[in-house]
Amino acid sequence: MIGLTAVSNPKLLRSILPALSLALVLGAIFIKLPTAMSYFGLNLLLQYAVPIALATVAQMFVITVNDLDLSMGAYVGLVACIGATLLHDNPPLGVLALAACLAAYAVMGAAVQLRGLPSIVLTLGMSFVWSGFAVLLLSTPGGHAPDWLHNLMALPVPVVPFPIVAAAVIACVVELGLMRSSFGVILRGAGGNSKAVARAGWSLLAAKVAMFTLAGVFGMLAGLSLLGLTGAGDAHIADRYTLYSIAGVILGGGEFVGGRVSPAGAVLGALTLALANSFLNFLHISPDWQIGAQGAILILVLALRALIGAMERRP
Amino acid sequence: MMPEQMIRWARWARSEPWIWSWLATLGVWLATIAFTQGRGSGEVLTAALVFATFTVIVGLGQMMVVTLGPGNVDLSIPGTIALAGCAAMKLTDSENPLLLVGILAALGIGVAVGMFNYGLIRLLRIPPIIATLSTSFIVQSAAIAYGRGIRIKPAPMLADFATARILGVPVLAMVVALGSIVIGIALARSRFGRSVLAIGQNMRAARLAGIAVDRTRFATYVLSAVLASICGVVLSGFSGGAALDMGDEYLLASIAVVVIGGTSVAGGKANVPGIWGAALFMYLLVTMLNTFGASPGIRLIMTGVIIIGVILVAGGEEQ
Amino acid sequence: MCLAAFPAISLTGATKSFGAVRALERVDLVVAPGECLGLVGHNGAGKSTLMHVLAGTLAADAGELRVGATLLGRGYSPAVAYRYGIRCVFQELSLCPNLSVAENTRIFHGALKGFGWKAKARALIGAKLDEIFPGHGIAPDDEVADLSIGKRQMAEIACAFTVTDTPLRLVILDEPTSSLDASTAQQLLTFLRTEVAKGTSAILISHLLKEILKTSDRIVVMKDGKAVDARPAAQFTRDTLVAAMGTVGEHGKAEAAPGAKRSALRASQPVVIRAKPHTGGGQELLVHRGEVVGLAGLAGHGQTRMLLQLFDGGRLADTTVSEPVAFIAGDRQTDGVFPLWSIARNISIGSFATLLSGGLLNIQKEDALAQSWRDKIGIRTPDIGNPILSLSGGNQQKALFARALASLARIVLMDDPMRGVDVGTKQEVYELIRAEAEAGRTFVWYTTELDELAYCDHTYVFRNGAIVAGLGQAEATEERVLASSFHEDSAA
Repeated sequence: MIGLTAVSNPKLLRSILPALSLALVLGAIFIKLPTAMSYFGLNLLLQYAVPIALATVAQMFVITVNDLDLSMGAYVGLVACIGATLLHDNPPLGVLALAACLAAYAVMGAAVQLRGLPSIVLTLGMSFVWSGFAVLLLSTPGGHAPDWLHNLMALPVPVVPFPIVAAAVIACVVELGLMRSSFGVILRGAGGNSKAVARAGWSLLAAKVAMFTLAGVFGMLAGLSLLGLTGAGDAHIADRYTLYSIAGVILGGGEFVGGRVSPAGAVLGALTLALANSFLNFLHISPDWQIGAQGAILILVLALRALIGAMERRP
Repeated sequence: MMPEQMIRWARWARSEPWIWSWLATLGVWLATIAFTQGRGSGEVLTAALVFATFTVIVGLGQMMVVTLGPGNVDLSIPGTIALAGCAAMKLTDSENPLLLVGILAALGIGVAVGMFNYGLIRLLRIPPIIATLSTSFIVQSAAIAYGRGIRIKPAPMLADFATARILGVPVLAMVVALGSIVIGIALARSRFGRSVLAIGQNMRAARLAGIAVDRTRFATYVLSAVLASICGVVLSGFSGGAALDMGDEYLLASIAVVVIGGTSVAGGKANVPGIWGAALFMYLLVTMLNTFGASPGIRLIMTGVIIIGVILVAGGEEQ
Repeated sequence: MCLAAFPAISLTGATKSFGAVRALERVDLVVAPGECLGLVGHNGAGKSTLMHVLAGTLAADAGELRVGATLLGRGYSPAVAYRYGIRCVFQELSLCPNLSVAENTRIFHGALKGFGWKAKARALIGAKLDEIFPGHGIAPDDEVADLSIGKRQMAEIACAFTVTDTPLRLVILDEPTSSLDASTAQQLLTFLRTEVAKGTSAILISHLLKEILKTSDRIVVMKDGKAVDARPAAQFTRDTLVAAMGTVGEHGKAEAAPGAKRSALRASQPVVIRAKPHTGGGQELLVHRGEVVGLAGLAGHGQTRMLLQLFDGGRLADTTVSEPVAFIAGDRQTDGVFPLWSIARNISIGSFATLLSGGLLNIQKEDALAQSWRDKIGIRTPDIGNPILSLSGGNQQKALFARALASLARIVLMDDPMRGVDVGTKQEVYELIRAEAEAGRTFVWYTTELDELAYCDHTYVFRNGAIVAGLGQAEATEERVLASSFHEDSAA
């Protein structure tokens, strides 16, 4: 039994926790809704998995260097609005606006490193700014997704549903870049022991800017993919994504400090969240309790992790 | 002579960071009444005082939490406001005699939320931001489920209290001002206040100096949640009933007034007058932008830019 | 030989101050190619500062650094040091705990990149570990956080000796054996000799004089920020080396010798502390009322943990501490001082109980208390309302003493409190401790200065978290303490 060997090995237990949570939710769905176990059913259940996974990965980059981005939701919303207006009506201008967003993320990283600003407050302030621009672009829901984006998100993939393929691709790309590449090591090292990394002659500023910019890139992809799914933009379309992204990282086994994260885990965490959301909808659980259920899941996972941590400390 | 005076003034201003938010408040108010050529200057101030009061109530709690040191923040304030407001309205059922029951229930909710918050922080060893976020999900859900479709008016006594004025000054503002003074004295001269300040500067040193770190942090998180629940009660009294989204704007507002008011985000330094200055400023800023005819988008952007500007100027010096 | 025309590295006139403290004063240091230089001196003599200057992690206020014939100017940094083949193994851990040993090697070497870097890094560090520490038991893919402290140190040392695209010129080792057991330490020293024979230079810093005498070619002695002696190792004996390092508490020693009255405390006074270290077995710690008890041994071998255990004594089942305690931190910045507060507030925080009236602190009483202690132990400041950071390190430390002594605590725990304190202040504090002990206060004193043990009525020596020896005042000689602190594993 996997379970038995895992219980005796806390480290292994911790690493399979994300997959275990996903399996649990999947199992629950298939028992309640056997019809969901199909190409079509999974496609529907996992509809929003791609943007959530991308936002989670974006948040993970920031968490790797011991910061937190509380503006992720507002930013994803702004990108969706830019996509539905500027990018649709005047592509060059749209691209320019998106590039400006990335530059803003780079500056945020530099400000956190150079001025020692708490990222929580800085990104909180930025969330106002992103929402402000989004409201300026689209004061009411509307606009149109560019056709190519819409088509991309509706890409028919044989046998395996598109969201699963996309999630696997995202996980592989980030796993290669952050966990396997030689520069990913430096970026993770900056989160683990910044002093040691600086002593070895690396620039912490460059590391911070790189991580925030990567967060900007993946947040942008999240916004665009979300727009591709919905077809129209709205300034508040992604307000919940701040919470989703943080919760996804945690469900995926990431830690808030110390540069210990797992891209594959984060994507699994995002899939779990997306599934749990759809599942709660299918079950006709009153939407009132949906956020509460997410909070409870979060606490449950953290409690499990604390338990495993206590097991590890015991000699 | 002049440069020397300026240096002295600058030094004083730095040691008293609340002065900036009050200056900014004055500036924004003057700009507003200059635009309207003096019409309604008094009304604007009274309105600012009323609305600032609610922000101050939660701002004081948030200030105490933030003063505990880096990473300490209470994100469960909006949920607590909504749940406490709904509970108070539902239990009171617009009847004066039941008002006490409603208020006690609201306070009980505050205590429970604070205890739950610190329980998560302590037992699960997770950062306060995640703990209070998780709590807020649950509290918010409870508020929605419990208070769905409530259209209950507050008890007349509560409504009267929340809207009463003496010589044009809102009674509520006076009461909260009194409470602010109590908190100010507690910070400077009580064991609890000194403990909070010490923990915020250096938690390890505080423990080794014999301070009851756990008890103090616990009490601070409870205090913040209780203040949020009080805010929920008076806010529903003021606006003729509870609404599920009535706490939403106070999450960012409570953190913003703490930062703008000169409380150190690095912990260990709190500033009560600054909370008032910043709360008035935030309200008057929105009023000014409205008067100028700015769109909601511009208002949001300006708010964000100002928060960031303030921490860039003030936060950097601390490091 | 042509190569030897230039030294591997030469530093002239290096000066560095931290505030009022002169950490380095015009120090000259030359290391020849293929030479192992031993660097000795008491705590605070300036060894670590000197090493940080050489490694590029700290910029000197003045001085010139040459590598071979090249003068390295203002822009000297760890990156430049790496390019010239200067490596440093710091005393505190410089590995990223969230990465594997191989990944940490990659952080160290900019050249380990591109396709297949990981295999290269694994091979590189694995081979070096095998070379230095045969039978080390570390896999290149082990995460550093999962390794024991000794293995981390081994990994870090091995990493410093790996070579990719830049040559290896000089390796600086700061207390490299502090976490290694005897046989591993021997492996390292043997390797160091063979490496030096190949032409690499090394600087070895150690408290262990035997190690220094056996391994180095030449020895430089540091004292109060200056290099006071430099001779070939063969010309030193253990005794001459100790004499050259000087004694910190020389003038206080005569008064320190306690009379028969003090040694009788053990027999006459009740036990106020009884505890066994949580970190290891060994003897039990016993403290009688009015005693000054020293905790000795190498840094980081469980003494501070013992003090923390005593601090929490009331809440622990297996530890008896029968009187109220106060703690005096040695690491002032992280454990002691509240940087935003005045001197008065920093002192009064230990005395809430006496200052509260009606739930509020009495400010007059608070000021009076701080004032009286300022006068009593001579904190040099015109106004106790001044910020604590306006004081020099020694005076900040006095404020921490005032905090503990002003409180109602009857037992005072001291965590190597004289770190970075000037000699004059030290003398004043020694007298204060003696006077307070005479008045019936109990002190438990962890110190890394062997001389300070002369002020202790009884000394417990720690090794690997356990108490390995309990020595009376007369027995606590440097030899006895050192012998208990080190390599007794071979005897055991």
